[in-house]
Amino acid sequence: MRTGTPARVGQYTALLAYLGFLAFPFLWLVSTAFKPPRELGSLHPTWIPEDPTLDNFRQAFDEQPLLHAALNSLLAALGAAVVAVLIATPMAYVVARRRTRLAKAVTGWVVVSQAFPFVLLIIPLFLVLKHLRLINSVPGLVLVYVVWALPFALWMLAGYVRAVPPELEEAAAVDGAGRLRTLVSVTAPLLAPGIVATALFAFITAWNEFFFALVLLKTPEKQTLPVVLTHFIGAEGVADLGPLAAAAFLATLPSLVVFALIQRRITGGMLTGAVKS
Amino acid sequence: MRHLRLLVPVLLLLLAGCSSGGTRDDGRITLRFQSLAWQEESVAANKDLVKEWNATHPDVRVEYVQGTWDSVHDQLLTAFEGGEAPDIIHDASDDLADFAYGGYLADLTDLLPARLKSDIPRRSWETTTFGGGIYGVPFLQEPRVLIADAKWLKRSGVRIPTPERPWTWAEFRRITEDLSGRGEYGVAWPLKEPVSATLNLSLSAGGQLFHRGPDGKVTVRFEAADQVVPRTVHAQIGTDRSASPTTLGSGGSDTLPGFFGGRYAMVPLGFSYRQQIVQQAPKGFEWQVLPAPAGAGGLTQGVSPQTLSIAEDSPHQKEAAAFIDFLLRPRNMVRLALGDWMLPTGTRALNDPALRTAEHGWSAGTALAAHLRPAPAQTVRGYPEWKDKVATPAFQEYYSGAIDIRELRERLERDGNLVLARYQR
Repeated sequence: MRTGTPARVGQYTALLAYLGFLAFPFLWLVSTAFKPPRELGSLHPTWIPEDPTLDNFRQAFDEQPLLHAALNSLLAALGAAVVAVLIATPMAYVVARRRTRLAKAVTGWVVVSQAFPFVLLIIPLFLVLKHLRLINSVPGLVLVYVVWALPFALWMLAGYVRAVPPELEEAAAVDGAGRLRTLVSVTAPLLAPGIVATALFAFITAWNEFFFALVLLKTPEKQTLPVVLTHFIGAEGVADLGPLAAAAFLATLPSLVVFALIQRRITGGMLTGAVKS
Repeated sequence: MRHLRLLVPVLLLLLAGCSSGGTRDDGRITLRFQSLAWQEESVAANKDLVKEWNATHPDVRVEYVQGTWDSVHDQLLTAFEGGEAPDIIHDASDDLADFAYGGYLADLTDLLPARLKSDIPRRSWETTTFGGGIYGVPFLQEPRVLIADAKWLKRSGVRIPTPERPWTWAEFRRITEDLSGRGEYGVAWPLKEPVSATLNLSLSAGGQLFHRGPDGKVTVRFEAADQVVPRTVHAQIGTDRSASPTTLGSGGSDTLPGFFGGRYAMVPLGFSYRQQIVQQAPKGFEWQVLPAPAGAGGLTQGVSPQTLSIAEDSPHQKEAAAFIDFLLRPRNMVRLALGDWMLPTGTRALNDPALRTAEHGWSAGTALAAHLRPAPAQTVRGYPEWKDKVATPAFQEYYSGAIDIRELRERLERDGNLVLARYQR
């Protein structure tokens, strides 16, 4: 069935509107980051700053250790992504391929674990980490993020494993490949898009996380970006809007860059899978 | 699964190996001071004072830890439970009750020097006194004032109120009505947090709301004096159309563009909002600070001052108290007040010429200091739940016109007392 020109125009218009809707908060953030205080208090705000300034960035860097906090965030997010993927990949394989009671129990656990709110977990988690001497350390935070991301990562990866036809592994076995060889040479490459997507999920979750970092990190030199960003916010939600927007804009860049770098791999992998099936 | 069982402890060990952990105390006493200062000048003032203390006290080093107002209660609660709380804690008096009753904060009665105790008025100490003990030093506070468009008021010819001769609530209502029309409003009430604003201002009309019986139990009674402020605001929005209905869900900052743009003649805001106004007001915009309207209780209003407390678990309470005493010396208190654009509680600091200048409305605010009293809910256990579950939705619905004063009263009293009763068994 061919789509006519008016319908195509309609589709693109809807798509553009949707993109605009998605991009609006980010574009507004960028606009705010470059506005001087007087424009921020204007009744008729403009998209393009009338008198653009870098003062908000200067103030943000002067007031808070943004680079150091970004490094802490990067360490925590990369650590969480790598460890979560390392643990979740073999688990997901077992859950997807072996139809045992354990696999079912794990799936149930994944669903139940999503129901617990942060506040319920934080005090016991704090005590456990204190016992392990991992309070106020980025590795401690990585551990928490891994635990937090693991259920969903497992669930996500299990879906990717199921999408890889078992016949491919059987064919490799017939050709004489051992179990490990099959996993490394046949299954793992086909899982790459899933692994990348899962790592991205774990990375972004950890990069943006605020509450655990607030509670678990005590000294300023350990704090992550989301915690440092709240230093621009005062009592009753009053905010130093310009520097906050400047710092928040910079904080979103790594997520965007990581996503831009690997999104082609994700979509490429999906398409490959589609053709095979 | 066996590999996994091995993998997790190995990872834990690896991670633990990377951790710096441990104490950095090299024989000297190290105190951690968690400050919630957030404005550029305020952070600088706090850091400078810590630096000055460290330069003159080599044996007691203070480490400045930047906290955040966002989620401070949960963060402190977790730190207290885990025995990892900072030694010196910056917070607000309305957040202290649960920590004080929970035994997390040190009783400062015998720790603080007489100088500091006598410098801060009794009414301020009342905000941090729980069950006979003092659990925080109130040091900064802010009244709610009317920030007014000076040219607009002058043009209209209305009488400009002073602390000696403020507007009454009835007069305020009439004046805002006179100033309104053609899409312009006499006032814009930012009532995102309607409960504290209403209760604190209601003291001026003689409101009390929370009544403590001879058995020590507190009950809510929403009487005529408590209704003066809510009725005025309700009438301005619903009947007179002299208050903008769109700012009811707004925070103070959200009303500023409309104020600068000539849409509202006045905005009731905390005293510290002047900093934002100075930063953001368009060139040539003239503004002034006016006292909030008065009633049977005069200019009285409730406040919840910012406080400094000491953790009960701190092994160096005496040293922590000495640091607080240093931080709150009159000259230092003035520096903190200027940094936060607030009023100091200390009587000597309050008399400092820097806070008596007419510039940026400082003198108009300091004239109100003697009228500030503990916020009505200050020591009421169960207040946070009463506020969140009962009072906030009830006041929001009343101000938006969804319910009338009878329904408001019923909900505040009937539902409210059920909540409070649970905390007072």
